[in-house]
Amino acid sequence: MSTSNYHAPVHSFRSWRDAARRYLQAGVAPENIRWVDRRSGANQSQQDLFASGEPDFPPQTPPLDTINVPSSFLEIAPTVACHRSAECWSLLYRLLWRLTHSEKHLLMIASDPDVVRLTRFEKAIRRDSHKMKAFVRFRRSVDDLGEHYIAWHRPDHFILRHTAPFFRRRFDVMRWTIMTPDESCHFDGDKLIFGAGMPRSEAPNEDELEPLWKTYYANIFNPARIKLDAMRAEMPKKHWPTLPETEMIGSMLREAPRRVDQMIQTTNTISSAQSFVPEHASIEGLRLAASKCQGCSLCQSATQTVFGHGPATASVVVIGEQPGDQEDVTGKPFVGPAGQLLREELMSVGIDPESVYMTNAVKHFKFTRSSKRRLHKKPSAREVAACRPWLEAELKRIKPAQILCLGATAASAIHGPNFRLTQQRGAFISTRFADQTFATYHPSAILRAEQTSAQNETASQIRDLFHRDLKAFASHIKAPPA
Amino acid sequence: MRRVSIATTVSSGNFLPATDLESKLAILADAAKYDASCASSGSKRESRGGLGSTEGMGICHSYTPDGRCVSLLKVLLTNVCIYDCQYCVNRVSSDTPRARMSVEEVVRLTMDFYRRNYIEGLFLSSGIIRSSNYTMDQLVQVAKTLRDRENFRGYIHLKTIPGADEELIEEAGLYADRLSVNIELPTLGDLQQLAPEKKRDEIEDTMGQIKVRRDEVDADKKNGLRPPRFAPAGQSTQMIVGATPTTDRDILATSSTLYQTHRLRRVYYSAFSPIPHADSRLPGQAPPLVREHRLYQADWLIRFYGFDAGELTSDEQANLSLELDPKHAWALAHREQFPIDINLAAREMLLRVPGIGERGVKRILRTRKHHAIRDEDLSRLGIVYRRARPFIITADRHPGPLMIDRADLIEKTRPKQRQLMLFDAADSASNGQV
Repeated sequence: MSTSNYHAPVHSFRSWRDAARRYLQAGVAPENIRWVDRRSGANQSQQDLFASGEPDFPPQTPPLDTINVPSSFLEIAPTVACHRSAECWSLLYRLLWRLTHSEKHLLMIASDPDVVRLTRFEKAIRRDSHKMKAFVRFRRSVDDLGEHYIAWHRPDHFILRHTAPFFRRRFDVMRWTIMTPDESCHFDGDKLIFGAGMPRSEAPNEDELEPLWKTYYANIFNPARIKLDAMRAEMPKKHWPTLPETEMIGSMLREAPRRVDQMIQTTNTISSAQSFVPEHASIEGLRLAASKCQGCSLCQSATQTVFGHGPATASVVVIGEQPGDQEDVTGKPFVGPAGQLLREELMSVGIDPESVYMTNAVKHFKFTRSSKRRLHKKPSAREVAACRPWLEAELKRIKPAQILCLGATAASAIHGPNFRLTQQRGAFISTRFADQTFATYHPSAILRAEQTSAQNETASQIRDLFHRDLKAFASHIKAPPA
Repeated sequence: MRRVSIATTVSSGNFLPATDLESKLAILADAAKYDASCASSGSKRESRGGLGSTEGMGICHSYTPDGRCVSLLKVLLTNVCIYDCQYCVNRVSSDTPRARMSVEEVVRLTMDFYRRNYIEGLFLSSGIIRSSNYTMDQLVQVAKTLRDRENFRGYIHLKTIPGADEELIEEAGLYADRLSVNIELPTLGDLQQLAPEKKRDEIEDTMGQIKVRRDEVDADKKNGLRPPRFAPAGQSTQMIVGATPTTDRDILATSSTLYQTHRLRRVYYSAFSPIPHADSRLPGQAPPLVREHRLYQADWLIRFYGFDAGELTSDEQANLSLELDPKHAWALAHREQFPIDINLAAREMLLRVPGIGERGVKRILRTRKHHAIRDEDLSRLGIVYRRARPFIITADRHPGPLMIDRADLIEKTRPKQRQLMLFDAADSASNGQV
């Protein structure tokens, strides 16, 4: 065995491997080699240096033989060779030496200091490579050949060659370049081309999409759960300068308390009639309270609250959508044209309109103004929900045996949003409000259909169905006990 | 669909739908910000001729100051909803600002973000508009356009809408990597109480459909056929914790059942945040967020460490300890099983030692074949020495028979920054730090 020291400059894994094989064959022990790291492609003069610097070998090197090492070493070694520490070369050679000198299971011994070191180096590379995959931010530019996506990134280790295949797999329909201070990689749609390191100034300094990305970043953040340490652990500060979104962090943190406050305020003002509903009031008490309801914004333009009307002991409750123009003026439900139609039809099937309690899902008139008239506008689901506490309170007081829902709004206020009037019309369904709940068209649908002459046929069809439904409903009303 | 969010960058009280993309994105990202799931793993897709790849392991592309990662573009197609679930900010009776993006807008955003390497893909959810089927169809349209027209090979996670037709779920599974159906609340009673319009049967039916379809695809593959892929990254669900008094014991039992019955990949837990004066049925206080963290740890032990859901809690101790991680708490409650010899114990038992993780166990098993593990090896093997010490015997040390029965074993093994931890546990209730 030679006792002299060998000087071994290496500039890549390949050059280390070639040299290591020759030293190993010549039996040169690890302590006799001085590995000199000649990577850093950033410095051109150094590149010239390592181009000429060749390792020294013992004068009589035997011909190269196959060296048997575990495949796990061959898998891990090129990765570890990306480590910036110059120590990686001597560590790799020491392990190679031990593996081939009676310690072939060395890599299985996870507690061996050299193996611990190897694992630590490998982990650092894996992490750095993972961070590159995550934190490269391409910026779009356009040149003669079309779109070109360019990123500048500063990894800890020499990992560009190691990680570039990932970007090739992912972005193989794009033309892209990743610049690092040590090396750069260009993909032209066909192959990866490696070149010298680049300063940051070579990359574009903005992208048209960054404002949108920052908007997303700022809003997906929950200001009520700040965990800065967790963020810093995963997104080291050294990467922040190339991540456009990190500019937002300062202002996001400053704004967080205000946003949390706003969060509470907003939830405080959630509008619903709930806070206006007196808990133990009679129907009359409810009516009085409802006249002052400001549970939603409809109270602002309507004349008055149109509360339910009829005997508080009624066994039948009829629910419509919302008051119309005439109801708004008189303060009573179902007094307009649709109401008159309803009353006629009820009488024709033997129900006295005065014996039933009539109300609406929404208690305020909603309209848009045309030149002179106020035109009915369908209440939104939000308004129906805001008014729902009144309807629930009415039904709780009256406890009807039967409920007649007129139209989809009333039906879904009782049955929930999945109710389909077209499919479930005319059926008796038991609900928590009444044993027999029944839904049919709203009489205003008949009036609307009649107004369109072309649909006259449809209007009479609807009217027939409506009449038939009411008849079916009436036939189920139990005769009052004699 | 998610819970109590709130603030947005758009001034509140503005009920007009936002028109430009940036303010729509602000509203719809804000509405999605409480959704706990963000994983983009478990699927493989090659780019071949299209844009993007999915390589099995997800990548977190950014982190926000709440410590959570940004992996996917997580948005709602719309936060308009016809339902009135009491725990959800998007319920119909909430006056949060509303917005809706078109299919085309979501597709464009996803592609543009992906090209710049901001994201791994898309996680799309939605408030329910018009009907379950209409909403689900819109979600499917986004995924279909991304795959068919844009040749997108990145990750897609679609939230399925309960009650949507089987054909739509089936179509969704062809385009998405992962499907999820939110269980919402841990028990049937909780659901009846807070979300009477949502039906557990309907939710589980959809989960069952996804499972059956995935089983069919697996069976076809085994028989040498090449069936079209169906949600290759599996399905997940999310439940809100702390909106009702339901215990961790019941929650873990539900999760366990879901894992077994529907072959779920993940159950996500999301601590409830209260809405002041919203509804008398909701609690006034948020549960400590550390509880959410403990549930994740327990869930992990069930899936990867061979623990049974019932073992981690008891009828008397129906909630997990907020102070100690569940494995540590379990070991302290089962001292009769320790100390164990690290050079002899079976893998299953090594996994139960506090301070030894799955990786550490792998290293121990590999190393002890070649030489006996001594005390000095422990930290090199990645074991938390302080925590594990009283529970293990090494080649050169026995903790002594009395050690394991010491009354102050908790003090001896508790994580070092114990004062801080205690302080944090209380603190985390308000700021979420775990």
